[in-house]
Amino acid sequence: MTTPILEVKGLCKLFRMKKGWLQQPHYVHALNGIDVSVYEGETLGIVGESGCGKSTLGKCILRLLDPVQGEIRFQGNEIGKMNKNEVRAVRRNMQMVFQNPFETLNPKLTIGHILTEPLIAHCVPREQRQALLEETIEIVGMSKQHLSRYPHEFSGGQRQRIGIARALILRPKLIIADEPVSALDVSIQSQILNLLQDLQEQFSLTYVFISHDLSVVEHIADKVAVMYLGEIIEFAEKEKLFGRPLHPYTQALLSAKPITDPDDTREQIVLSGDLPSPSNPPEGCKFHPRCRSRMEICKVELPKLSEKEGHSVACHLYQSFAAIDSS
Amino acid sequence: MDNVLEVTGLTTRFSKESGTITVVDQLDLHVKRGETLGIVGESGCGKSATSLSLMRLLDNNATLTGSIRFNGKEVLTLSEAEMRSLRGKEMAMIFQEPMHSLNPVLTIGRQISEVLHEHEGDSKAAVKQRVLDLLTVVGISRAEEIYRDYPHRLSGGMRQRVMIAMAIACNPSLLIADEPTTALDVTIQAQILNLIKKIRKDIGMSVIMITHDLGVVAEVCDRVMVMYAGQAIETADVRSLLRNPKHPYTVGLLQSTPRQRAKRLHSIKGSVPTSENKPNGCRFAPRCDRVMTICWERNPVFHPVDQHSSCRCWLFTQDKDHDQESSVVGG
Repeated sequence: MTTPILEVKGLCKLFRMKKGWLQQPHYVHALNGIDVSVYEGETLGIVGESGCGKSTLGKCILRLLDPVQGEIRFQGNEIGKMNKNEVRAVRRNMQMVFQNPFETLNPKLTIGHILTEPLIAHCVPREQRQALLEETIEIVGMSKQHLSRYPHEFSGGQRQRIGIARALILRPKLIIADEPVSALDVSIQSQILNLLQDLQEQFSLTYVFISHDLSVVEHIADKVAVMYLGEIIEFAEKEKLFGRPLHPYTQALLSAKPITDPDDTREQIVLSGDLPSPSNPPEGCKFHPRCRSRMEICKVELPKLSEKEGHSVACHLYQSFAAIDSS
Repeated sequence: MDNVLEVTGLTTRFSKESGTITVVDQLDLHVKRGETLGIVGESGCGKSATSLSLMRLLDNNATLTGSIRFNGKEVLTLSEAEMRSLRGKEMAMIFQEPMHSLNPVLTIGRQISEVLHEHEGDSKAAVKQRVLDLLTVVGISRAEEIYRDYPHRLSGGMRQRVMIAMAIACNPSLLIADEPTTALDVTIQAQILNLIKKIRKDIGMSVIMITHDLGVVAEVCDRVMVMYAGQAIETADVRSLLRNPKHPYTVGLLQSTPRQRAKRLHSIKGSVPTSENKPNGCRFAPRCDRVMTICWERNPVFHPVDQHSSCRCWLFTQDKDHDQESSVVGG
């Protein structure tokens, strides 16, 4: 394959937490040197528990949040340093689908109006708009009669279809989907996942699919990045990552996922403790307080993401192998 | 039969300006001592209304009919005072979002003590000791510290542990857990499910686990009831339900669960009917792949299919004419 459609390098994002004006400001490292790339037509899954920075990453890629450091290259252009107007132009090709379809549609606007807004923002000529509207609403499996209705008249699944139509109407190249099916019931969730897959084929879309649900990511993604406290700790193709997870955290995540098999004999790894607060992360490897295979070095040194045969992992257990291989 | 809970013909109606709506319709269920019953269904199927009906926690505009026998007592005829002494002592409940069910201005210790003061009336020192013990039982290591803390200082998993401590304070014989892990991350979910399993074994209580996640059911339940649009449509022991589901809805639910192997997911068309707008005949008919003429006309009765499972579907009803006469038509 050629160059990736989206390439993120060393992306950092800090949030400033100020408690009282006399105190020193305190920073939360929401993203800490994220490297990730997606090729055209692929789906990149990003998994992690709440607070690991997966949504922040999605927002930084779209420049809805401004990163502190690092590069974001989209179709070869560096968008990390662009000004507002330039970013706006780029966003025509990268759109977002949000988690909660109940809160992300304006209740006072009709569906037609909601879908027209991106067309106005990106100066699509008036005479083309109606045709685009009607075409798009039918692509997502609804009818043009729905255009004159309001969001409250629709069920959760239909609203998510509208959210997808809104992202799709400009015919973008990349869609960032932030937990698009988490608020939906299982039977509706499968309809939306199928729709996303059909659209990907039809429009050769690239997805960045953010989810906490491992089964969903396993189903839809081609490559998967696992995040923990603002860092990518494992990155590989889906088959490799789910078939042979390397990082102890990924192993625990996979084993904790409840599956519908009564004869399930997997050994369950139950992690002790909670996700530490990102404002006060542990020293060394951030996972070490919960890790069952921790060593002395984990308490002091942060492991780097190292790659072997297309499978990257940030863990001291594998650092020595990588070193041997490269030497 | 040693049943902690026996529910027959439970019907819950809400009166609204636009008329009455039936959210739970002629529900029969039982829970054996020490057993975990899972209630599964999508949003709007009446699973939470069922649990609130069992505890009689619904608003004034709700009317309950039928019978709920709990440890041999009829719950529906108890006075409010008798109900108060039952709730929290003999049957307890934990909810989905623990932050919403804890009082933000009271310390954890105070909130758990409240239950004990209400039901046991021990001395202050004894109650405090018991609360600290409970916090240790639910796996909170810094019990003394947490005792004085407020809910906002705890993580979601810790709050759910506190809720569990509160629920088991009086060794209830039935715990109703309404989506206890839905708001939690998978690693924390695994911790909480293990904790519930352990406590159930230790104090020998029965559990009703309400969830939308068949994975959770596979993990903790002995028996499962699947609900759709206010009615039970299938009950079975957990193995038979997951291995050999009968009702097309259960089959569809299992097939819609994402898996890596499936290239394309099976999906159930349409969405759950609203309470005001239920189809005549079988309520699942508009979404069913195997719908027949009779499905549109009459709602099938709930009846045993084999020794493991019962189901509400015409596909598994041999004697259609006989059943037609005796069937209960849902309203």
